[in-house]
Amino acid sequence: MDNLSYLFAAYAIIFALIFGYVMFIWRRQVALEIELRAMEARMRALDEAAGAAKARAGS
Amino acid sequence: MSGRGVRLGLGLVTGALMLVALYMVFVYVPTEADQGIVQRIFYFHVPCAWVAFVSFALVAIAGIFYLWLGQQVWDDLGYAAAETGMVFCTLVLVTGSIWAKPIWGAWWTWDSRLTTTLILWLLYGGYLMLRAMAGDSEQGARFGAVVGIVAAIDVPIVIVSVRLWRTIHPAVLVTRQGGHGLEDPRMVATLLVSLAAFTALFIWILCLRFVTLRMHTRLGALARSLALAEAAAQDS
Repeated sequence: MDNLSYLFAAYAIIFALIFGYVMFIWRRQVALEIELRAMEARMRALDEAAGAAKARAGS
Repeated sequence: MSGRGVRLGLGLVTGALMLVALYMVFVYVPTEADQGIVQRIFYFHVPCAWVAFVSFALVAIAGIFYLWLGQQVWDDLGYAAAETGMVFCTLVLVTGSIWAKPIWGAWWTWDSRLTTTLILWLLYGGYLMLRAMAGDSEQGARFGAVVGIVAAIDVPIVIVSVRLWRTIHPAVLVTRQGGHGLEDPRMVATLLVSLAAFTALFIWILCLRFVTLRMHTRLGALARSLALAEAAAQDS
């Protein structure tokens, strides 16, 4: 292995690891966003159902 | 400007700075006299170490604030900084090892700087394992804060290790022109630009990870509220 190969290996590993980590964060963020949206929708549906039940009880 | 816009802007600034740094490392800076082309690893190896040290210092600061104020935001910041610091500390060890092979003839040696850096890596590896095993518990966050603070004591030890003990870690670099260290202004300029690029990269990655952890915290709170609301709906 000549010195140029060591230099290439060092820079390749730096960019590969940083790219991999950023990808990991990005994928996690997308998954969390989907989960958050689903949970917020469930919460809204529950609030609406509770509101409707209250209105029925009142009438 | 929204948080997403700030993160995008930070990403673009980081990318631009990184391109300038790469140009300077591979085109602009002169080749070092003794070590030759492989010395160019130095221009990214040192900024990785700088970012790792800043990250671990931030873990300790966030840990102190978490123990003091008990606010989840400090725990999220500490966790994000620890993870980011681990990535860069890993890069320091790996690039250092790759640099050591052609210069020292060995991938690894139990030199004081290398050994204390490995200890730092193991300490924060322990922090991340503790956090992973403790889950979202408050006790796990408190233990993590304590470990993060105690482990940060190794950061100044790593920095002064080359002065405290005998070491073969390079301290003086010689240019082709015969000057000492980084006396060549192009070497200094390249190192400074690389440091700026890695600092921007660190801030960007930290922001991304911190936002992800804040979302995770929000999701946990929402799940608890939802469970309570569903239980109340079933009762009524």
